[in-house]
Amino acid sequence: MNNPYLPLQARIDKVIMETEDRNIKSFELSFLNKKDEENFQFVPGPFAELSIPGKGEAPFGIASSPTEKGMLKFSINRTGLFTEAIHNLEEGAIIGVRGPLGNHYPVEAFENKNVVIVSGGFAFTTLRSLTKYMIHDDNRSKYKNITVIYGARSPGLLLYKDELREWEKRDDIDLHVTVDAGDDDWKGKVGFVPAITKEVAPSAEDTYVIVCGPPIMIKFTIPVLQELGFPPERIILSLEMRMKCGIGMCGRCNIGSEYVCKDGPVFTLAQLSQMPDEY
Amino acid sequence: MKEMIIKKDALMNLLTGRADDCQVFAPVEVEGSLVIKEIQPGDEITISSMNTKASIKETFFPQRERLFSYDLSKPGEMKEPPFSDRKRIVFGIRPCDAKSLTVFDCVFKGKDYPDPYYIDKRDNTIVIAVGCNEPSTTCFCSDTGAGPFSTDGADLLLVDLDGSYLVRVVTEKGESFVNENTAFTEAGQQQAETRDAIVDKATKAVHAQVNPDKVKKKLDDGFDSNVWDIIHEKCIGCGTCTYLCPTCHCFDIVDETTGTTGERLRIWDSCMYPFFTLHASGGNPRKTGKERMRQRVMHKFKYFVDNNEMVACTGCGRCVKYCPVNLDIREILKQIEVS
Repeated sequence: MNNPYLPLQARIDKVIMETEDRNIKSFELSFLNKKDEENFQFVPGPFAELSIPGKGEAPFGIASSPTEKGMLKFSINRTGLFTEAIHNLEEGAIIGVRGPLGNHYPVEAFENKNVVIVSGGFAFTTLRSLTKYMIHDDNRSKYKNITVIYGARSPGLLLYKDELREWEKRDDIDLHVTVDAGDDDWKGKVGFVPAITKEVAPSAEDTYVIVCGPPIMIKFTIPVLQELGFPPERIILSLEMRMKCGIGMCGRCNIGSEYVCKDGPVFTLAQLSQMPDEY
Repeated sequence: MKEMIIKKDALMNLLTGRADDCQVFAPVEVEGSLVIKEIQPGDEITISSMNTKASIKETFFPQRERLFSYDLSKPGEMKEPPFSDRKRIVFGIRPCDAKSLTVFDCVFKGKDYPDPYYIDKRDNTIVIAVGCNEPSTTCFCSDTGAGPFSTDGADLLLVDLDGSYLVRVVTEKGESFVNENTAFTEAGQQQAETRDAIVDKATKAVHAQVNPDKVKKKLDDGFDSNVWDIIHEKCIGCGTCTYLCPTCHCFDIVDETTGTTGERLRIWDSCMYPFFTLHASGGNPRKTGKERMRQRVMHKFKYFVDNNEMVACTGCGRCVKYCPVNLDIREILKQIEVS
């Protein structure tokens, strides 16, 4: 019997300091066992439990796209004991991975549709996965317009800065990067994500929108999207909850009868409106 | 259902005799409390009208269970605990505890992620439950779909006929256990009549108090009900109910190390504790006792029913009996029913 509690073993190949406050690092991993890599199949959206013997484990959204073969990426905010322990790991260290866990973004439904991604702060991780996936040469033609609205508090807190510059140059992705407050070098947009969303005003026709960010951003973005005419079935969110097992047993991440770890983390606004307000 | 008879002393001999080739778990009196433990030579199996203080949970889902062990000096190496095929016998639990195994089966034997630790124990165990001739005042098993002689979760259900047990053969596992032992003989008409009288008397003794169907209907749109503002007020959040509950299965996963060796453990946790759902960000979806009490009641009588068509309560009454502030789940459910 497959033991769902046993982590797969991976090596940290690369550590990238993402933000100027030195709180978010990205870790690029590769599995020690080729078979594990082959079995670790996913569509953008799920998470995995990262694990350090002696320290424990915690769930993190998968930031890499399945199109990035042989590499698994996680961007981790240093915020507690376990994330501190991960931040202390160096390239070459061995780390445990349990996953992929949870459901994924409904990319099949996105086909022949426009897709708008609205994100703030370090919630951008699984949306980086989704964006990379959709703009990959094998997939790009499946989707119509792709719009990405991404904001951070300041230019130094933006994730994946090199990639954002690359995406900026492409004409098949409509990218809007914004910061709450710019600095002397900042030439991009300044403003909160909901306001920028209103300004960009993506058409709701034939369009799915995925929103991921801090609760306050989501709270003010949803009304903007509704005003633009997005029905709740085409507004998609990804939730976070405290989790332990990640497989629907340990009892802490449920919202009503749904387990965020197993039935989520991706839900439509229509689904969420049927669930109790406890998240 | 096939029924057999066995003399009580013959069954005790059979059980203690099997302690060599399998693990036998049964109620034993320890320091004035009735507990279920693995029988050692000299232990006296005690079946009294009292239920065991703790439930059978520990025997299938231990409070502290090693998931794997490791050596910090050897990164990437993990050692699973041995999964043995050693047979186990659980004897003398009450139908409420046997029923709780059917709740656990829903959680740990699911098709998506079967839990090898639970399944190893469950599949290697034969469950011999004993019906309750004298239910206690805290019992409400008949309300939760079980009852003092429910066979749910048991392989054999015994009815105490004084000097002997009438044995109801529930499963194939139970059938082969009976066939392997010559001490079992076919039950006769007279014994069946005695059984009927006992079952009838006991069933009448468990007074209907709560109606889970009606409660469920209220809970279906009762998340924002005012009732939650009231019923949690007395609760001190000690978690005793969750630890003694035969169906509560929330757990935490933690690491423990000594020197360079360490273990990853699964330990019981409780939805009554504020840390249970505390996010690293500081946010907490279940901030106060109100949300936590709501979660516990909702999980047992709505969410679990939605997902598994079964209430996650067997009416054993332990939470009623041992709550330090006398909170009574039956009263809570009645309050919800009329809210």
